[in-house]
Amino acid sequence: MLTIWQRELIRYWRDKTRIISTLFQPLMFLFIFGAGLSKTLAAGNFGVDFVQFMYPGIIAMSVMSVAFFSTISTVWDREFGFLKEILVAPVSRVAVAFGKTLGATTIASIQAFILLILAPFIGVKIHFSVILPLIIFMLLLAFAISGLGLLIASLMKTTESFGLVMQILIFPMFFISGAFFPLTAVPSWMRLLSNINPLTYGVDAIRQILLGKQVASVVLSKLSLHTIPTNALFLLGFSAVMVSAAVWAFNKKS
Amino acid sequence: MNIIEVKNLTKKFDGLTAVNNVSFTVKKGEIFGFLGPNGAGKSTTINMLSTILAPSEGEAFINNFSILTQRDEVRKSIGLVFQDPSLDDRLTAEENLRFHAKLYGVSKAEYKERMEEVLRLVDLWDRRGDIVRTFSGGMKRRLEIARGLIHYPAVLFLDEPTLGLDPQTRAHLWSYILKLKREKEMTIFMTTHYMNEAENCDRIAIIDYGKIIALDTPVNLKAKVGGDVIRMKSDAKPSLKRELEEKYGVEVKEEDGVLRIEVANGDQFLPRLFNELTTKIDAIELRKPTLDDVFLHFTGHAIREEEASDKENMRQRMRMRRRV
Repeated sequence: MLTIWQRELIRYWRDKTRIISTLFQPLMFLFIFGAGLSKTLAAGNFGVDFVQFMYPGIIAMSVMSVAFFSTISTVWDREFGFLKEILVAPVSRVAVAFGKTLGATTIASIQAFILLILAPFIGVKIHFSVILPLIIFMLLLAFAISGLGLLIASLMKTTESFGLVMQILIFPMFFISGAFFPLTAVPSWMRLLSNINPLTYGVDAIRQILLGKQVASVVLSKLSLHTIPTNALFLLGFSAVMVSAAVWAFNKKS
Repeated sequence: MNIIEVKNLTKKFDGLTAVNNVSFTVKKGEIFGFLGPNGAGKSTTINMLSTILAPSEGEAFINNFSILTQRDEVRKSIGLVFQDPSLDDRLTAEENLRFHAKLYGVSKAEYKERMEEVLRLVDLWDRRGDIVRTFSGGMKRRLEIARGLIHYPAVLFLDEPTLGLDPQTRAHLWSYILKLKREKEMTIFMTTHYMNEAENCDRIAIIDYGKIIALDTPVNLKAKVGGDVIRMKSDAKPSLKRELEEKYGVEVKEEDGVLRIEVANGDQFLPRLFNELTTKIDAIELRKPTLDDVFLHFTGHAIREEEASDKENMRQRMRMRRRV
């Protein structure tokens, strides 16, 4: 399991373009949307600065896209035959799935962590005391998304089809996650969909943790959906289901 | 001692029987070849023996472990080189080996020693730090062989190891395989559809449509062909055929517009033929039997004949679908 994890990291480290582009994307979002929308939406007035409001969503999005795209290595391996090498080794499928998922989780978390370090430079205030819980939730979210990514990857035959499914999933997941606007006042169908979206829980928890020390609890409760433990529980449960499904898919395929 | 024991192995894919009731044994230290056209069931057999595919019926033991119930032990006992490359081309040669060694539970100390040993064996020691993407096809195949050896398997499976390589690289690769047998007494199970390569094997199983048709040493198989092969070109094929059959009682086969007979002691038969034959011959060729002849003898068709036929296309499609 550790071996598979290590391989994912080595591959990531070799690919400098990937490191830079995945970092650049969320920063771009933060600057452009932050600058553009904060003026327009000021009327909405959440009682929070818009950049401050959106920052958790940006972290979550960064985690999501990196975690997803890291699981592409599984499809890649299948196309280039390397998956065979892994599947005939005397290693259980569970270990393979966990190794792959943890690899993607780690890569996603590293990038999110870099975003965290950059926060003060773009005007986001973070208390030192919340960094640890923040990291925990970044890991949880990354793990959940990686699990979902692995499940999709284990069902896909080509990188093209995987990329397509990712594109179809990423944007809706992002928009109904509450990253851009609070989900407290949306139509019920959207609320329903957001309830099965792991990103919702990640954004919700990260936002509560981040803003907890800065905003009055009345304002915060208006923005949040679930309690922090509920969020953690959902993410854990979601990951468990996804990884087991991926193991099942691996077994069925070979 | 038998390293591989196969009993009545069968694999069916929705109605199509890819491997049909196959039984054989492979002794320690021998090179055992599976010879047959594409889609004959060679790779399917390897996939079953390496526990990638579950057999529909039958049983097999590798290193005395059952492929049905002791899969992890079987996996540890075998080294595999697949038909298609299966290296991580973004890692270096050494990283590929290290990854493999870790998956197979080779300890760090053992790994260091063996890594040098196997890389030197395939002459890649100097390139160990290079990214695999920069390697040529032959180098990749050699690296895969090195990788298959690093956990000291009891048997090495090579699935069409020389496919897609140029003749020179192919000959080179064979010198490594033979060296492996000589120096390590490695048991090697390989598949091929190149006749001239099968000659290097200690024993060959000829497989066609999922069945083993003949199994023996190359020398014995060639002896079974019935002596030497004479091929004749003539404008009057029907009368030549009739005359040959009547005068000498031999079976005359026609392949690619050429008549072909098999006789014992062809060098003595040829002068007789020249004296006695009344039908005009345009060209004649006498040769010792090759495995091509053996294949033709046992299956009734040449190994390359059907490459573009519909049946072959169908088989190709089956193969595609079967890929893991």
